[in-house]
Amino acid sequence: MRNLLSFGIGLLFGIGLCISGMIGPNKVLAFLDLAGQWDPSLALVMGGAVLVGILGFSFAKTRERDLLGGPIELPAAAPIDAQLICGSAIFGIGWGLVGFCPGPAIVDVGFLDPRALVFVAAMAIGMAIYEVAHLRAPASLALEQDA
Amino acid sequence: MTIDWVHFTPWSALLGGFAIGAAAAALILGAGRILGAAGILGGALRLKPGDTGWRLALIAGLVLAPSVMTILGGLDRPRIEASWPLLIVGGLLVGFGTRLGSGCTSGHGVCGLARLSLRSFVATGLFMIAGFATVFLARHVIG
Repeated sequence: MRNLLSFGIGLLFGIGLCISGMIGPNKVLAFLDLAGQWDPSLALVMGGAVLVGILGFSFAKTRERDLLGGPIELPAAAPIDAQLICGSAIFGIGWGLVGFCPGPAIVDVGFLDPRALVFVAAMAIGMAIYEVAHLRAPASLALEQDA
Repeated sequence: MTIDWVHFTPWSALLGGFAIGAAAAALILGAGRILGAAGILGGALRLKPGDTGWRLALIAGLVLAPSVMTILGGLDRPRIEASWPLLIVGGLLVGFGTRLGSGCTSGHGVCGLARLSLRSFVATGLFMIAGFATVFLARHVIG
């Protein structure tokens, strides 16, 4: 049941990414190119998603259990630390180089485009490198926040 | 700054955004988890028993979305123009950076902002500034 629900949610998420235009790296790069011919569309994608999300999360905060009876796992409060800052900056550089963030890149694998496959494979390797570094690092690096 | 009115698609952007927000709301209320693409894929790589199936199912839904869209009414395959080396470097940076920073455009940019997390506001501001700066350098300084 949990897997079926997750599958349907993945499909809805993917369809939203398709409709919004975010699956096209050129569309994303046109948004990130403030000094060129700027396409503001993606600001509206984020705005629309956050608007609906606020309703969902403010309701989730009043509940302890999800619909399937499991715990609602909201990320715990954590400090703004060097990992958050460095990680986000590194991610932004990669995003600006190609025009892909994780969700849309995974969706584009569905077109069987070899370029999307190579990007997602490299992304998974990047994540695996983090996992290895994270396991070896002392407790100070062991930040557990799954967002 | 000049706005590209020809390629600006406000209605499909908003509609797609609503669907993404609805998916985020459905996952937190339905299964108690945050809809962050990087966290879901990164967590799946850990192969932790009992915490992998739902991740793979959600990723399968993402991958099948273009097929469903094509059946429903057609969808143009997006052009990916980055060179092979750039795709590899970009992929490594996005994979490592999103895990180190605990989130991506969906985890911080949608879910984090929607739950009014200060950490996510900082993360989103930073990856957007880094993205703007990278494209500026690539297109207007080096390019």
